Amino acid sequence: MKIIVAIKQVPERDAQVHIDSSGQWIEEANLQYAMNEPDAYALEEALQLKEKAGGEVIVISTGPERVSQTIREALAKGADRAIHVVCDDLAARDALGVARLLAAAIQPESPDLLLTGLQSEDLGLGQTGVIVAELLGLPHASLILQVEIIAKEGSKAQIKARRELEEGWFQSIELPSPAVLTIQSGGNKLRYATLMGIKRAKTKEVRTVHAADLGVSAAPAVALEAITLPKKQKSTQILNGSAEEAAAALVEKLKFEARVL
Amino acid sequence: MRVLVILEERGGHISRTSWEAATAALRLAPMQEITAVVIGAQTELPAAEAAAKAFGKVIRVEHPLLAPYTSDGYCAALHQLIQQEGPTQVVFPHTYQVRDYAPALACRSGQALIGDVIEIADGPVFTRQLMQGRLNGSYRHAGNGPCFVSVQAGAFRAELPDAAAATPIETFTPAIDAAQIRTRPGEPFRGSAQTVDLGSAQWIVSVGRGIREAENLPLVQELATALGAELAASRPICDNGWLPMERQVGSSGQSVAPRLYLAVGISGAIQHLVGMKGSQCIVAINKDPDAPIFEVADYGIVGDLFEVVPALTEAVKAAKQ
Repeated sequence: MKIIVAIKQVPERDAQVHIDSSGQWIEEANLQYAMNEPDAYALEEALQLKEKAGGEVIVISTGPERVSQTIREALAKGADRAIHVVCDDLAARDALGVARLLAAAIQPESPDLLLTGLQSEDLGLGQTGVIVAELLGLPHASLILQVEIIAKEGSKAQIKARRELEEGWFQSIELPSPAVLTIQSGGNKLRYATLMGIKRAKTKEVRTVHAADLGVSAAPAVALEAITLPKKQKSTQILNGSAEEAAAALVEKLKFEARVL
Repeated sequence: MRVLVILEERGGHISRTSWEAATAALRLAPMQEITAVVIGAQTELPAAEAAAKAFGKVIRVEHPLLAPYTSDGYCAALHQLIQQEGPTQVVFPHTYQVRDYAPALACRSGQALIGDVIEIADGPVFTRQLMQGRLNGSYRHAGNGPCFVSVQAGAFRAELPDAAAATPIETFTPAIDAAQIRTRPGEPFRGSAQTVDLGSAQWIVSVGRGIREAENLPLVQELATALGAELAASRPICDNGWLPMERQVGSSGQSVAPRLYLAVGISGAIQHLVGMKGSQCIVAINKDPDAPIFEVADYGIVGDLFEVVPALTEAVKAAKQ
């Protein structure tokens, strides 16, 4: 089974993000980056499927040069090869524009399965996988926690996936391959790259494709005009002092002001 | 200006989030120019419920293949409706179901969905959250064609005028073929036997990523015990298996509204906030003063939870004596 995993490089979770001088994006200098966590779960699911049923795991990522670091991390964890869609104006493209890049680069590979995280931790659009499925004419299922191959006939497989619904409800959903699944975090346990894996990753193939060569429109249907700091919904009383002082002040407040103790 | 609002049914009634989405649509057009859309295999009852409000009209998109929900069925049916109606905007509640099909539906019209919108200003300019709620982004529709928008739960208060005269109800029968529907969804089921009812808890201490390791959980458990509170968690803690899923608060877990919600080491991603922002009193303990949890907190302590939590446990014990 040939599985492609679309991964995104995002600012590290604890990174301090600041609005840049254009007011339309964040300052990228000195920012630390990491693999988007739901994508890490998608990669893990793909690696486990390969371990069970054999095949190949290919990662694809779009973005500037720095993305190659996240691609290497995926290769070190066990992906066989990678495609880097080099794109320096990713932030100016909308979800459809990014999905068009990915779909154009994925199409010639004809994968049996395409996995990606259900959303990114930076923009949180949660649309890429679903749009790529639409562009490639493939069925999809979203918010998937576990994937199982229940029947195989030649190159066609029937997939059974566990889908998370709201408020603690689940359903199982079946669909034929080739298909797209967007993966929810928490369905499996993430592995770390081993030293051997890191060493091997250096010799694995990373094919570079330039966004401009894919022949897709970069004109967005939706434009991000400005980034601002959120308005506070409540006025928070911050309690200062040492841990003991702040704790004592909080207990006072909870008891006599909020009256919840 | 013609706006379609896609309403969802839940438990036999049109959902609260659908009414909120319809209220948000009032920022785009007056009520008479808004068409309420109900979709499914049997839509008579939700259509009647929608018609009690002063919408321009109600459209029943009905076909036997529209139950159960599938992305393929909904996209085929609603795309045909959009082609017939030619709306300027299509508005949805931002639910798990909408997230499953609306991006594909928008793509079919050559558009991109503006998802999870929390505010609509003149323009129209749509605001949605970025970077896990640390920043807001203002978006404008730039494409030629309908603008697709989904509205975050709780961002708008449902307030719609009642119909003075009978709202016209039309039926739209899409052409759908069984072969177009490629996915086979099963019946929804509960994950595990629910033994903890966080929904009725009066005091909740909730723990997030800031706790770093499972071995550190007793620290927070001691605070919960001192307060007589239930212990809850944000998603990553349950994903790691450190606490059972049934203790998860947020859009994929339980929704809670206790008298006191004390968030320890929780940054406050949108998915968590929707599950707890209705709490009477919210306290946040976090080392990052810019963490979005402080946007909804009544009281906050910016500091190292490994120092603050034990101090707070002692202070609570002393106060209760």
